[in-house]
Amino acid sequence: MDSVRRLWYRHSPQLFISELLEKRWMEPIVPFTLMCLVFLAFVLTIPGYAGWPNLQQLMRSFPEQALVAMAMAVAVLAGGIDLSVGAVFAMANFLALYLLQILGLPFPVMIIGVLAFGALVGAINGGLIAYAKTRPFLTTMVVLIVVRASYNKLTTAYTRELASASETSDAWDFLGIGTIFGIPVNMVCLVLIGLAAHIYLTRLRPGLQIMAVGSSRKAARHAGIDVKRSLFTAYVVSGLLTAFAGILYAARQNSSGTDTGVGWEVNALAAVVLGGISLAGGRGTIARALIGAVIIFLLINGLVQLGTHGSLTTATIGFLLIAAVGFNVKWQKNKGKVLQKIYVSPTLVEFTPPPSIARDAGTAFAENDRLHAAEAIAYERIEGPEDVILDRQDNLYTVNRNGSIIRFLAPDYEVREEFARIGGRPLGMAMDREENLIVCVAGMGVYGVRPDRSVFKVTDETNRSWLRLKDDSRLYLADDLDIAPDGKIYFSEATIRYDLADWALDGFEGRGNGRLICHDPATGRSTTILKDLAFPNGVCLAHDAQSVLWASTWLCRIHRLWIAGPRAGQCEILVDNLPGYPDNINRASDGTYWLALVGIRSPVYDLAMADPGFRVRMVKQIPPDEWLCPGINYGCIAKFDDDGTVLETLWDPGGHSHPTITSMREHKGHLYIGGLENNRIGRLRLPGADPTWTSWASYWDDASPSAGRRAPVREMA
Amino acid sequence: MGFAVAAAAVFSITLPGFFSVGNALALARAVSILGVLALGMALVVIGRGIDLSQIATLAVSAALAVTLINAGLSSGVALLLGLVLAVTIGVANGFLIAVVEIPALFATLAMGLFVVGLTRAFVVPHYQVFLSPGHDGLLALGRNVAGGIPVPLLVFAGCAVVVHVFLSRTVLGRFIYAHGDNVAAARLSGIGVRPLTMLEYALSATIGYIGGLMMVASTALMHLQIAESTLIFDVILVVVLGGVSLVGGRGNVFSVVAGTLLIGVLLNGMTIMNLDTQTQDIIKGIVLLAAIGIDSYMHPREEETAKQGD
Repeated sequence: MDSVRRLWYRHSPQLFISELLEKRWMEPIVPFTLMCLVFLAFVLTIPGYAGWPNLQQLMRSFPEQALVAMAMAVAVLAGGIDLSVGAVFAMANFLALYLLQILGLPFPVMIIGVLAFGALVGAINGGLIAYAKTRPFLTTMVVLIVVRASYNKLTTAYTRELASASETSDAWDFLGIGTIFGIPVNMVCLVLIGLAAHIYLTRLRPGLQIMAVGSSRKAARHAGIDVKRSLFTAYVVSGLLTAFAGILYAARQNSSGTDTGVGWEVNALAAVVLGGISLAGGRGTIARALIGAVIIFLLINGLVQLGTHGSLTTATIGFLLIAAVGFNVKWQKNKGKVLQKIYVSPTLVEFTPPPSIARDAGTAFAENDRLHAAEAIAYERIEGPEDVILDRQDNLYTVNRNGSIIRFLAPDYEVREEFARIGGRPLGMAMDREENLIVCVAGMGVYGVRPDRSVFKVTDETNRSWLRLKDDSRLYLADDLDIAPDGKIYFSEATIRYDLADWALDGFEGRGNGRLICHDPATGRSTTILKDLAFPNGVCLAHDAQSVLWASTWLCRIHRLWIAGPRAGQCEILVDNLPGYPDNINRASDGTYWLALVGIRSPVYDLAMADPGFRVRMVKQIPPDEWLCPGINYGCIAKFDDDGTVLETLWDPGGHSHPTITSMREHKGHLYIGGLENNRIGRLRLPGADPTWTSWASYWDDASPSAGRRAPVREMA
Repeated sequence: MGFAVAAAAVFSITLPGFFSVGNALALARAVSILGVLALGMALVVIGRGIDLSQIATLAVSAALAVTLINAGLSSGVALLLGLVLAVTIGVANGFLIAVVEIPALFATLAMGLFVVGLTRAFVVPHYQVFLSPGHDGLLALGRNVAGGIPVPLLVFAGCAVVVHVFLSRTVLGRFIYAHGDNVAAARLSGIGVRPLTMLEYALSATIGYIGGLMMVASTALMHLQIAESTLIFDVILVVVLGGVSLVGGRGNVFSVVAGTLLIGVLLNGMTIMNLDTQTQDIIKGIVLLAAIGIDSYMHPREEETAKQGD
């Protein structure tokens, strides 16, 4: 039973759904499925529906409606609407016949004439809406009436002439009934125009500007886009598309009836909204308008074939329009909220009670006041020194909340200077053989700063895991790193589901959202070596350089990953069941390791971790300031050795001067202490520590005892 | 109002037969229904909405009432059921707009299609339904009272007085102005904006229903095709020309009466000039475009924060 429970929480369907909802292709998938369902329903109910003759028939009559829907889509994407399409379509149909049959103009002249008419009506719409600032809905609706009335007047006047005219040409017939490889010509036209419109809206400047205006008029104006001209253009494009639809219709039907195009604007509108194009503008594609158009077209066509009362079809369209607009509006408004509600997906974490931290417990974790002796460096002159490091000249480097690396100059650390500005939120640091400062930057990746202060990118991506919906090739939250003697950079990415500011949410999940990545400067590539880790945080190369130690914050463990030697590639737990949440790990002068405990476990929180349902309810139902959080108002640094034995701890009970300790670095007999949210760097004298030992030398100085000891120790083991 | 007088004067001089008591009464009869509908529309427009389903609603509910009367129901009950249907559609509109938050233009446009489609499919299969003879009480709505004054004119006057008192003297009426003026402020000051919206559309549908009954009374039939006609634009034209701005919160019953007179004179003049309906539509459309243009010039709205369908 328990294993089922574990499995359920590990592969929570909620996780799947929330990542699915984040996908951009999720939005068109709903209308697309609907389209397939509608088609399937008619295939099942109407005999011969999927046969080639019927399909050909459908393909022949679809393009006109599709083009009208596209015209509507362009207007809607620009943040407006064009209800005049139905009437313009009818008028273009009449004009095509009139110019060709009655005036006897040549085919290309006719096409230009009709398109010019479409552009003219579009210009009237656009002129009124963009320049006279009238409301798109009413304006185009009135234009619809005017054009419709003109159309009715003209068709009545020319009924007889049109009926008796029989002017034909090869081009005209080809457009009407021709096929290319069995595909009706007008379908081919639709595909070509659709492609052109797609490229126009997504690749060409004027089209992109239309989309920008639709997304946010204000932002577009601030970006220097001529908003009025873009709006105007959108309506002209809409008019052109509609006019072309009219030509296709004229070529196919060769007649203009009183009901031609009546109600098409509503069908087009329904198509656009069903396709999922946002009525607020700027969101949607031509393809989605076409999907919507297919749904409406198949529905009307199929209902007619089934012999349904025509007015029921109208009622259906009306209903669909209400439903689709309602869904559209609600979805736009609440998508973020839904996503937020289901995004946090806690999993099962089962702890055993930790060792006691009571003062008289007699364990290595027994609370003491040893950190009270730490003196404050850079007091109130630094914001959030998540990690600290010292160079060979004893200068102190630390990260700052605003994305810069701050340097305090030796020997008294009174002079503060901005060493480099990277951006993002710099976290863990390490120094390579060339004394470049390599920094993990949350939100950006791994960056480096040369001694001459120039900033360079080390890596910001890794290989994508293909079985996961979320694209995890980008680095989201690179946390800490260390560098192997061969120059390979091992770094942890704490989580790929949350920003640094939301680290607590990742804690509520307790899920393996993080990974350990290795960047090889020789090839310039980064590879994920361990994934699905629960907030991997501190990374430290063991003294013998045979393994990498990394801490899993939420599971309160330290792991050892062998990178060399006979067990290379294997991963084992080195320290388990820590009484606090481990953060950075760094080398100590005596061949052991320093470990920062960012918070201390409490029985209540451990219990909460064992009950995912509780955490789901907590996140959903109460405001964030009342959430149960890991206890981070402690200051604790522990020391452990290569066997995983914790030797001693240094405490600042209550975290008066050093709460939330995330890092510490030993340098020449002192320990420098940094904290994620702290306003100072602590410096604690370590009695008995080697006063000449430096971290850099232990990595890179082959003469140093620590570095020199490397090989022989392994041989003895 | 000045425009209406001016137009009337111009027509009086240029059109023979325009300036006569007979024509004046014919004009009054013709515009009364339009005026009543415009009163209902004005209520909604003042509340910063628009009801494109008004004509559809009145057609459907009046058609239902007539069908029920023909089926032998007592006319009182039948008319009441028609009213219930109209109010239901109005409330549904208000619900879609205020609760589901669909822009009014979309909601009412689609609602119009939906109800007319259903009615045609299930209640009135042949587009029109004739009132069977013998219902003089209802038909009296379309007659003249002693002195030759048409009853529709009296109904219009009565409706105008009631709506005027409602809008200017009652709390709910003032709330509608507050709603149209600034929705957010209205809500923050404690007005239940959602029920208020439903009330507005229900009132529009109810007044529309009265107009529908007047149509039935004048012609003894209800033709569903009016839902597809341009009548709704005549109504909007009246409201906008009268000075009830589409941004809401402005205008009153006098503006509607003035607008009604103006349009009445215009329509009557065009009819006397023997223009066909298409030409009339074109002229009305152009006038409406101009009116909308002037309205948005005089009452500009914040374009950059405007939502679709405003």
